[in-house]
Amino acid sequence: MPVASSEKIFVKGNEAVAMAALEAGCRCYFGYPITPQSDIPEYLSRELPGLGGEFLQAESEIGAINMLLGASATGVRAMTSSSGPGISLKQEGISYMAGSELPGVIVDIMRQGPGLGGIDASQADYFQATRGGGHGGYRIIVLAPNSVQEMYDLTMLAFDLSDIYRMPAMVLADSVIGQMKESIVANPRPAVALPDKDWVVRGRKDGTPQNIVKSLKLGDGEMEKFHWMMHARYQELADKENRWEEVQTDDAELIVTAFGSTSRIARTAVAMAREAGLKVGLMRPITLFPFPKTAYAKLSERCKLFLDIELSTGQMVDDVRLSVARDADVLFYGRPPGTGSLPTPEELFEQIKKNYQARS
Amino acid sequence: MTQVFTRPESLKDVATHFCPGCNHGSVHRLVAEALDEFGIRDQTIGVASVGCSVFLYGYFDIDVIEAPHGRAPAVATGAKRARPDRIVFTYQGDGDLAAIGMSEIIHAANRGEDLTVIFVNNTTYGMTGGQMAPTTMPGQKTSTSPYGRDVAKDGAPFKMAELLSNLDGVAFSARVALNSPKNILQAKKMIKTAFRYQVEKKGFSFIEALSSCPTNWGMNPLAANQRVTDEMIPYFPLGVYKNTANL
Amino acid sequence: MRYDVFFAGYGGQGVLLAGNLLSYAAIHEGKNVSFFPSYGVEKRGGAAMCTVVFADGDTGSPVVGNPSVAVLLNQLSFDKFASHVKQGGICIINSSLVDTTGVALPGVEVVPVPMNQIALEMGDVRMVNMIACGAYIEKSGALQESSLGAALKKALPERNHKLIPANIKAIEAGILAARG
Repeated sequence: MPVASSEKIFVKGNEAVAMAALEAGCRCYFGYPITPQSDIPEYLSRELPGLGGEFLQAESEIGAINMLLGASATGVRAMTSSSGPGISLKQEGISYMAGSELPGVIVDIMRQGPGLGGIDASQADYFQATRGGGHGGYRIIVLAPNSVQEMYDLTMLAFDLSDIYRMPAMVLADSVIGQMKESIVANPRPAVALPDKDWVVRGRKDGTPQNIVKSLKLGDGEMEKFHWMMHARYQELADKENRWEEVQTDDAELIVTAFGSTSRIARTAVAMAREAGLKVGLMRPITLFPFPKTAYAKLSERCKLFLDIELSTGQMVDDVRLSVARDADVLFYGRPPGTGSLPTPEELFEQIKKNYQARS
Repeated sequence: MTQVFTRPESLKDVATHFCPGCNHGSVHRLVAEALDEFGIRDQTIGVASVGCSVFLYGYFDIDVIEAPHGRAPAVATGAKRARPDRIVFTYQGDGDLAAIGMSEIIHAANRGEDLTVIFVNNTTYGMTGGQMAPTTMPGQKTSTSPYGRDVAKDGAPFKMAELLSNLDGVAFSARVALNSPKNILQAKKMIKTAFRYQVEKKGFSFIEALSSCPTNWGMNPLAANQRVTDEMIPYFPLGVYKNTANL
Repeated sequence: MRYDVFFAGYGGQGVLLAGNLLSYAAIHEGKNVSFFPSYGVEKRGGAAMCTVVFADGDTGSPVVGNPSVAVLLNQLSFDKFASHVKQGGICIINSSLVDTTGVALPGVEVVPVPMNQIALEMGDVRMVNMIACGAYIEKSGALQESSLGAALKKALPERNHKLIPANIKAIEAGILAARG
């Protein structure tokens, strides 16, 4: 079953994630069923055995993330996926992986919360994802696809970045992007120079150093040094790996900003605004960690009005406000997640119009 | 002059941090001897747990993954599934395996993962200072059961070797003790058998090693050893509970 | 050109298959497609919905507030969604199950097609969704009938390919019925 093909195929966002994982060389998947991401384990349970890979339905989300930790420690590419309640359970393992400098890909198809919440789309786990999510003051790479094609492309990128920077990487989408079907091209895995994994546990041979994958750091100053080292690595990520998309921002007097599913709805709203003669653009962060701060800063040198749109009461808006110039205004329009809460392009267009006309 | 007693190659030439009279050192040595005797040190991945056994990597000269508290069987599952040609063992205490990690051990065992689990039962949380463990004996006083374990309130201690032997996925389950030369010799035989199961790809093997914890029991090492004989072994009988391949 | 169509009915009417079929037909014509099974309270109680957007360029929002064409297969869908249809848009209804008495939709072309009746006359009530697709392409002019024929091979599982001729007949019946 070769995944890559130049022919267009019509697949669900969740299926695209699974296909990309296979193309990226992921041969170990550990997961636990939860809506709205179960298409990912279902796909991989069909395909992995034929590729000599391992699919294991774990006893819990905790089991799954720790299996990911164990597989990743041996140097293979491995993945898990879940949603809200399950991602909360995985935070323990993600923290240990971050502390152990382990790569590994975690897919989060966000659903409503808190608690059991519901299965409709949400962006209210932005903070959980971009602030690390677990204990100890770490960050993970967070990529936010807004199309089925990007579900494919960014999943592959997540594996590469995770290996290069030796930290967990998350693909953060929601049930709109996960359940939606689009025509995509399943691109072959790009040729990326990856560092040697000389740290993996593989059996200690005479003449090779003992490799230990651990997060316990009790030596004098050892933990402080680790934190500063990781801090520098996060900075390097920000310098090299920031990704974002701008649409018609050159002359914009109002820039709409949104990630993932909301950015798709906003894009049509921006097109409606342009048709109505309003100078409106769109700024969409693709990497949520690192957050493309400098790109926002640059945009805000000229455009002083931003409208942030999220499926929450406002989370990314904090990062936008921290990034733009001091004299730029950042407005917010949110639809907290829930059944029947998905905004329409018409609704966002009304928000754009209202704020555009009210600008000083 | 012939040297008749040496340190196993799989152990480093360092002193352990274990308290006087603690049996962790003995269990470490027996595991290392098994690795040496099968010649599998260069294929072995150890999975350390949280508790007194966390410093596994400091004493064993093998590659080690440190697992979150209780999760060693899940971590070991991931490692073994990714590298089925390696020997993977976990080394866990009673709080780690039978309390916070009960789900992970039961499911790894039930799946029949090709792993070896070394479970050190000293009826208490050692590293955190002697709190009540899932294997704390009825009536045993600990820092969180100052009036003694009340079975009506806290339940009875888990007998893990028996419990796991009931699962179809478990190929070998035995309980050993380290409190006498005879028991140590028997423990060595059982630990070696447990690894033989994995070397021969015959399924999940489990060793429960009764161990003393003089510091947290508030006893000297001799009295602690005596407690293993007088109290623990009658409650946690030694023996082989399952041996599917008769190794 | 960017086309959008909203399909709604109850579970069992083949709403999602209809959306998939139109998607494959649009891909066959070289378009980009977004197929979105809608979320909302409406999906409870056995309701099924989907939105299909296709375009030469970007498909943009997979969510559409005011669809240019809505195909409503039962009364519940009509009551909920008919008023959402865009000014100048088209509302195709399954008049076998939908009573429009007393409902005015100014600025919207209402196209009644007795889909259940036609399907029953053809001997298979499961063909309602195909009749609906036929009516859609006739009224919207968005896709070629031949594209739907080609798309059936992809939208239907292999085991149902023997039903393709019957499906094509139902699509043709939908085209004729919508032509009026």
